[in-house]
Amino acid sequence: MKPAAFDYVRAESLDEALDVLAAEGADATILAGGQTLVPMLNMRMARPRVVLDIMRLPGLDRIDIAEGAIRVGATVRQRALERQADLGKHQPLLAAALPWIGHAQTRNRGTVCGSVANADPSAELPLVLVALRGEIELRSRRGARRAAANAFFTGIMSTERKDDELIEAVSFPTAHAGAGYAFREIGRRHGDFAIVACAAVVDTHKARLAIGGVADRPILRELPLPGSADLTDALDAFAADLDARDDLHATAAYRRALVRRLGLQTLQEAAACRA
Amino acid sequence: MVAESETTAEPNGWVGRSIPRVEDAALLEGRGRFIDDLGVRPDLLHAAILRSPHPHAEIESIDCSAARAADGVFAVVTGADVKALTASLVVGVKAPIECWPIAIERARYVGEPVAVVVASDRYRAEDALELIEVTYRPLPAVVDPLVATGAGAPILHPAVKSNVIGERTFRYGDPDSAFASTPHRIRVDVHYPRNSCTPIETYGVIAEYDPGDNSYDVLANFQGPFSLHPVMARALKVPGNRFRLRTPPDSGGSFGVKQAIFSYVVLISVAARIAGRPVKWIEDRLEHLAASVSATNRVTTLEAAVDTDGRIRALAFDQLEDCGAYLRAPEPATLYRMHGNMTGAYDIRHVKIRNRIVLTNKTPTGLNRGFGGPQAYYPLERLMQRIAIELNLDPLDVIRRNLVPANAMPYRTASGATLDSGDFPASLAAAIDAGKLGELIARRETARAAGKLYGVGFASVVEPSVSNMGYITAALTPEERRRAGPKNGAQATATISLDPLGAVSVQVASTPQGQGHRTVLAQVVADALGLRPQDIRVIADVDTAKDGWSIASGNYSSRFAPAVAGATQIAAMNLRERLARVAATQLNVAPADIVFAGGRVAARANLDNALPFARLAASAHWAPGTIDSDLGQTIRETVFWTPPELTAPNEADEINSSLCHGFIFDFCGVEVDRLSGAVRVDRYVTMHDCGRVLHPAMVAGQITGGFAQALGAALFEEYAYAPDGAFLSGTFADYLVPTSMEVPEPVILQRESPSPLTPLGTKGVGEGNCMSTPVCIANAIADAMSLTSLDLPATPTKLAALIHGRQNEPRVKS
Amino acid sequence: MPRLMAASSHRVSFTLNGRVVSGEAEPRMLLSDFIRHVLGATGTHVGCEHGVCGACTVQIDGAPARSCLALAVQVEGADIRTVEGLAPAADRLSPLQNAFRDNYGLQCGFCTPGILMSLDALLDERPNVSEAEIREFLSGHLCRCTGYASIVKSALAAARQRREDRVYA
Repeated sequence: MKPAAFDYVRAESLDEALDVLAAEGADATILAGGQTLVPMLNMRMARPRVVLDIMRLPGLDRIDIAEGAIRVGATVRQRALERQADLGKHQPLLAAALPWIGHAQTRNRGTVCGSVANADPSAELPLVLVALRGEIELRSRRGARRAAANAFFTGIMSTERKDDELIEAVSFPTAHAGAGYAFREIGRRHGDFAIVACAAVVDTHKARLAIGGVADRPILRELPLPGSADLTDALDAFAADLDARDDLHATAAYRRALVRRLGLQTLQEAAACRA
Repeated sequence: MVAESETTAEPNGWVGRSIPRVEDAALLEGRGRFIDDLGVRPDLLHAAILRSPHPHAEIESIDCSAARAADGVFAVVTGADVKALTASLVVGVKAPIECWPIAIERARYVGEPVAVVVASDRYRAEDALELIEVTYRPLPAVVDPLVATGAGAPILHPAVKSNVIGERTFRYGDPDSAFASTPHRIRVDVHYPRNSCTPIETYGVIAEYDPGDNSYDVLANFQGPFSLHPVMARALKVPGNRFRLRTPPDSGGSFGVKQAIFSYVVLISVAARIAGRPVKWIEDRLEHLAASVSATNRVTTLEAAVDTDGRIRALAFDQLEDCGAYLRAPEPATLYRMHGNMTGAYDIRHVKIRNRIVLTNKTPTGLNRGFGGPQAYYPLERLMQRIAIELNLDPLDVIRRNLVPANAMPYRTASGATLDSGDFPASLAAAIDAGKLGELIARRETARAAGKLYGVGFASVVEPSVSNMGYITAALTPEERRRAGPKNGAQATATISLDPLGAVSVQVASTPQGQGHRTVLAQVVADALGLRPQDIRVIADVDTAKDGWSIASGNYSSRFAPAVAGATQIAAMNLRERLARVAATQLNVAPADIVFAGGRVAARANLDNALPFARLAASAHWAPGTIDSDLGQTIRETVFWTPPELTAPNEADEINSSLCHGFIFDFCGVEVDRLSGAVRVDRYVTMHDCGRVLHPAMVAGQITGGFAQALGAALFEEYAYAPDGAFLSGTFADYLVPTSMEVPEPVILQRESPSPLTPLGTKGVGEGNCMSTPVCIANAIADAMSLTSLDLPATPTKLAALIHGRQNEPRVKS
Repeated sequence: MPRLMAASSHRVSFTLNGRVVSGEAEPRMLLSDFIRHVLGATGTHVGCEHGVCGACTVQIDGAPARSCLALAVQVEGADIRTVEGLAPAADRLSPLQNAFRDNYGLQCGFCTPGILMSLDALLDERPNVSEAEIREFLSGHLCRCTGYASIVKSALAAARQRREDRVYA
């Protein structure tokens, strides 16, 4: 279980990193915290020609909370965000979801943007980003752009990031007054990838629920408010519409059942938490 | 604790006390000596293994030319090379099948070795694996043991013409009459799954070959049984004295699993011979999960003839044992380890057993903690619950009515084992009382009243230890056994040496993997010689070229405390007796009046008339002429101990399969989450009578550790295969070992009924919970959900389907 | 911008247990292999090489992390601590190590170095750590021998001892 050979580039500035990506394209893989990439290297499931280490890029290690968003730079580790003062006040959903990511030992290395970039359909951060309608900031030699989370994730470990683009930051909208947030997850063991993860946002007029671990990407749906008579049917329909699959740990039917039951609980909890 | 070790022995000695472990300081400081930590020869090369991606395929061709030409590659070894230099590993049934450490012309399970690359480092060896071109012709695969027995199933070994490679039937007492004359027949059908104890340190082998004298020298984290030493030597086609096997001082867990490294010992030895250099192979985790070894999966139908009061008159077992793609030594031992105690803790005189061994396209099986126990006790203890439910009895009453009574000890079972000691009913009563079963039942009623799925389960088992080597021959007919010659016994060995400064060293062939053997033996010898444990140095790793060992040596069947510690005790007492005679001359008293205490050897009547122990011990070095010649030397004492009770199977197929039998009674409360189907073990109580306890904290450690593995087997772990033979549990993200968040601490209760058959009165204790806990948890789940049948692992998806599928049904009271 | 070519070895330097060390590594060499086989610090063990078992856990700049999920070249200049750096002296154990011995927190000892590195960081961060916090933190490690109960006890005892040591320091 040893990686195949690759060149290693330690970028010292954003321009250098973008140059490498422009020159190498799909042959380069970005290495941030490495908690997803390195296991894939070890199993030789990832075989890049060049590994581009971005963790020494200056200025990308910032967490900025302003203007209605928590902006997290490319090199911010999950553990750093977890420890951000008053994170739960600024965005309770994010604070609730972070401890569910792997284990403390992997959160110490893994980055927030790296998890978004890897787009594992069971991962918590893409789910939260979708639930909150956050944004991804991408940069390449061609320029910078912002992508909406809901459109960014395109399938199992696939996004609409272009090969020459680097995720410079992701932005999670801060909590709205009057909105309630909740996160629930069921996995086999503590720290495992979610079989089903639910992120709910409920305010006075509407509710929305994002589901991870079921479809090939996190899926968001507007739903009737908890307490409405038609919520159950809407949840049933949501569960049925998700392209649930069988795997070793759970059947599709199990996942659908959890979407209905856990989803309802999560929405109810979010409603109860409304400020 | 440290303060305690500084004091001298209390009157009752060191044995029985929880002293700090001598092993720990080095391990805690990163100075352990595991196989991959040790110094190696400068010309060492590294091996990586190409493995079959197919569950069943003809190997049409292997092109190694590109791999051989690759940077840093010294050799590429294929099945043809191995076949040219070795013989098939011995197979334990009379059937025309072979067992090689690498695929020969056909691969029969995912992960089977197909080629070995030997290179300058592991990275380059793995690079070269990708350059080997293998042309496979996939064949249909079979993974379900029942399907494998059927007509039309793909045949793994065409020479046998069937996948069923062994079948025997046994009858003890008069089971047919008992079934005919008893009012109730109650039956369970069980598919016991595959799993493994997956030690955190994987296999490691360092092998070299000396062409000058045609000998192999191997270091491997092998655990025994050393009955596999002749298997390896014969496969390598050298006499045993040209196959030197050593084990490293530390081994990172085994639980039986590191027995099966022996086929890799052969493979890497051949690779070293072909490469002309020493070769090291450290198994990686993916290799370990796919292809090291697994416990057997077993399909069992068990039927009981039962009186209306729950008394069992007869049992009928039909067991189909799935040993994977090859019958690898010592299989079919899993099927026969429990043969003498198939009736468990119960007094049941009429038994019939049909045993079949089937091969399927899965990893070959071998030793795993509990070895045969979980597969046998799962149906038996599920049956006990079913009897209670079907006859509307209290499950505890059914257990009580069938337990072997105390006044029947020693009790000879129908199939030939001797239950050596214990008061099972008293242990059960003590567990119910001290373990607060009443509170647990009340807890269940409260939980149920609140709408929860809460259940209580029980299991009572005997835990066999010190295996009789002869039990494996129960797989053969009496006629076949007569031709093969008798096999029996459980020889253990210990050597105690005194050096010129009078210090005491102990050497045993016990190959510990974390059990603290060195500490316990220091306690035993300290007591015998009136010393402190820190005065005794114990070596427990093995060198077959220099040490005292026997074919039964090694660490398996929980034989350390009863057999190895027992042999050590005998060696220490023998040496003490001879030293006493030397001292008696010098102190001018009778040998019987010599006492060993506090590091001194003294006259009982006048403790000032004394010698320092070290001075006495050294005297055979410095002044052998002063020692009476008929005493012999007092430098070194080696003892080989074998219990006479462990005889070969008789003509009636009765077999005393194990020397000792501890008793375990477990009960637990579990809650099944209605939403997710996840099981939470709320409270687990485990009562053990394992005879005399040498080190209480280590016994508790064995119980707690075994419990955790069994909880994993009950709820999480499975070596799962798709119907087409694909292996699904290939990483630690798929094979789910429970963490600190899933494993509660069990309540441990103990009673001590010393074994009359072992030198120290000890019995084994390491495996019991792997036997009792899976079914205890299953019984609790079945109670919670009113299930008639349940197979493990009890996964949330499985249980949720039952909960949600039945949500509109009225609850059935159990 | 350094570009380290795949086919050659490159000098990697960092601080290991307070001492500056260096060795040669190809870009692909895992930190676990570098520490063990290049630097010869074999106390850190390797159990799965895909980040699940936690046996290879070391502290990288104070934070416990899997050394099998880092490349040696990634930690150039970092401060790495391993199990060899825990004891205050060769013949004296740290309070955490002592607690493991006193509470039988290890059996085979193979997973123990990684667990010690995690718990050492946890106890530094949370002197009043609870059993629940210990269990959660410990869930990043697999132990097959102990069933975890004695490890949890060891960690609680160590936390207690460290608090007392601080009071009397």
